[in-house]
Amino acid sequence: MANFLTRRLIIALLVALTVSIVGFSLLRLSGDLAAVLAGEDASAEDIARTAAQYGLDRHLIVQYLDWLFNALRGNLGQSLFTHEPVWEMITSRLPVTITLAFAALFFGLLIAIPLGVLAAVKANTWTDRGALFVAVMGQATPNFWFALILIYVFGVWWRQATILGVRLAEIKIFGMQLSGLPISGGATWLHYVLPVVTLATFVMPAIMRITRTGMMEVLNSDYVRTARAKGLSPGKVLFKHALRNAILPVVSLAAVQLGFLLSGSVIVESIFALNGVGYLAFESIKRIDFPVVQSILVILACSYILLTLLADIINAKLDPRVRLE
Amino acid sequence: MSGAHHYNPDDPPVLEVEDLSVDIKVPAGTLHAVNKVSFSVRPGETLSLVGESGCGKSITSLAIMRLLPKAARLSASKIIFDGQDLAALSEKQMARLRGNRIGMIFQDPMTSLNPVYRIGDQLEEIYLRHKGGGRREARERAEYLLEKIGIINPTQRLTQFPHQLSGGLRQRMMIAMMLMCDPKLIIADEPTTALDVTVQVQILQLLRSLQEEFRMALILITHNLGVVARMADHVAVMYAGQVVEKGSSADVFRHPTHPYTRGLLECIPHPGQSATRNKLGSIPGIVPSLVGRIDGCTFRNRCNYAFGDCATAQVGLRDVEDGHSYRCLLPPETFAAGKLEKA
Repeated sequence: MANFLTRRLIIALLVALTVSIVGFSLLRLSGDLAAVLAGEDASAEDIARTAAQYGLDRHLIVQYLDWLFNALRGNLGQSLFTHEPVWEMITSRLPVTITLAFAALFFGLLIAIPLGVLAAVKANTWTDRGALFVAVMGQATPNFWFALILIYVFGVWWRQATILGVRLAEIKIFGMQLSGLPISGGATWLHYVLPVVTLATFVMPAIMRITRTGMMEVLNSDYVRTARAKGLSPGKVLFKHALRNAILPVVSLAAVQLGFLLSGSVIVESIFALNGVGYLAFESIKRIDFPVVQSILVILACSYILLTLLADIINAKLDPRVRLE
Repeated sequence: MSGAHHYNPDDPPVLEVEDLSVDIKVPAGTLHAVNKVSFSVRPGETLSLVGESGCGKSITSLAIMRLLPKAARLSASKIIFDGQDLAALSEKQMARLRGNRIGMIFQDPMTSLNPVYRIGDQLEEIYLRHKGGGRREARERAEYLLEKIGIINPTQRLTQFPHQLSGGLRQRMMIAMMLMCDPKLIIADEPTTALDVTVQVQILQLLRSLQEEFRMALILITHNLGVVARMADHVAVMYAGQVVEKGSSADVFRHPTHPYTRGLLECIPHPGQSATRNKLGSIPGIVPSLVGRIDGCTFRNRCNYAFGDCATAQVGLRDVEDGHSYRCLLPPETFAAGKLEKA
């Protein structure tokens, strides 16, 4: 196990390093940072002066190494626009994103796993087809569209926006101007209801389908037949003997989904005006606030890596056969 | 043959099955997987259901346990276990019987134990379910049985996972698991088929000695006539969903009567015998489809003796001698020694 962990950690570090290099290159090659910083009307001299001021006139490799060594010392630099330390900008918004991601994953799993089990037990019946329909709808519905529909239904049509805590930014739906509540101020749990529903809808289908597939396979297995032959109750057969074997791929998938939620809730955070990391990323990309974007990218990549590692450890805990490998 | 009897022929049967049929709905129609099978087994007795794969022997055992797949329909005029009609029990009542008073051992011990739970948990679970009592009591029972089945370090074995044990050990664990509640009847479906030959013998000896000690009835399902000869008091030879011959294993082995039984016996090699007698037999042809209506004798297309009536007549079981019967239109003398080749 120690060996397994060491190997995995080394790989994780290499992946993080690669992400930082690729991210740095892509971000820097996509536009001239100095020109943006100097402003629209800046002359060539202004741009050159700005470049020199921010150290942008150095070779790209030198700039990267500079960034890397600072990052390793815990200094992620300052925002080019607000001049706040990047580390504080991110950590102050992390709780919002993490709450959102975990709540969405929790409710997604809460619906997906029982539904997947039910679909497997009632395979090829109308219950199964109904579950498939729900999954396909959930999978096919774009996040931003579903979010807007929720806002429209609860905020405009039903006028329950404040009750459900939807804080509307300046959003246009189908050409209609919605002026909602201000963005600033602390979010209460009510503000999370609709974003969590949106993201849970996104998480649920794949997990439900993979639960169903796993359960179908396991329900036909010899050890489930043994469990029945032991006279165990249907609940014990299903949830103790079958589900624990079927859940292994679900754990891996859930880890990837959680990583996606942590980075991918950019759109949902923006639409619901939740001031999380996703929203910060969105704003920073718009402003080409390079240090912020680069840091968010690397932090999210690291969280992905950690989650995958965590999934492997959970699987090793669930299935003794994994531990030997 | 099976040596001394360990059962009393005057005891009432533990299990009495009469006209058990299983029909399975398939896209092409109805598959008559088991067709009016009857047998009974007494305390301490071993009954062997023999036949090639697909003959319905496993389905028969699953039918008794009421563990058939959903698409299968079970009918029987009688399935009396220890005075109770199994066909009339609710699913809940049946679950109370399974693993408790009827134990079942499956073919593949590699896949029949749950890979993610410790052996001890899996053994204790069945005891806790049916006998109640505490975990300590269940653990003691498990350790006692493991010692009984010749496992050297029971306490340590119980903390292991199935993948840490060999095939033979796993099958021993399966057997111990099914003995946890001291059942009256054990159904063993090809219990040694997946094991090494040397281990097979050990497992069979173990089953025999446990059966004697606990006076259990044993239904042994196998395609291996060597296993039958070693173990069975009574034999029912199955072909295409029907019993084609049954009787005491002494009678059936000494006077095999149905052409299929005779064919099966010719398929066993006898090493060390002279070359002329050592000709290994085979039964030509394939098992007929059991989908749709079945007329006449199911074996006729592979039988050397088949004649016109075989395709149409109702072929019932009839006696060779007392307690030994076979399903054929021809009288037993037709198949007497020396007349094996078709006339």
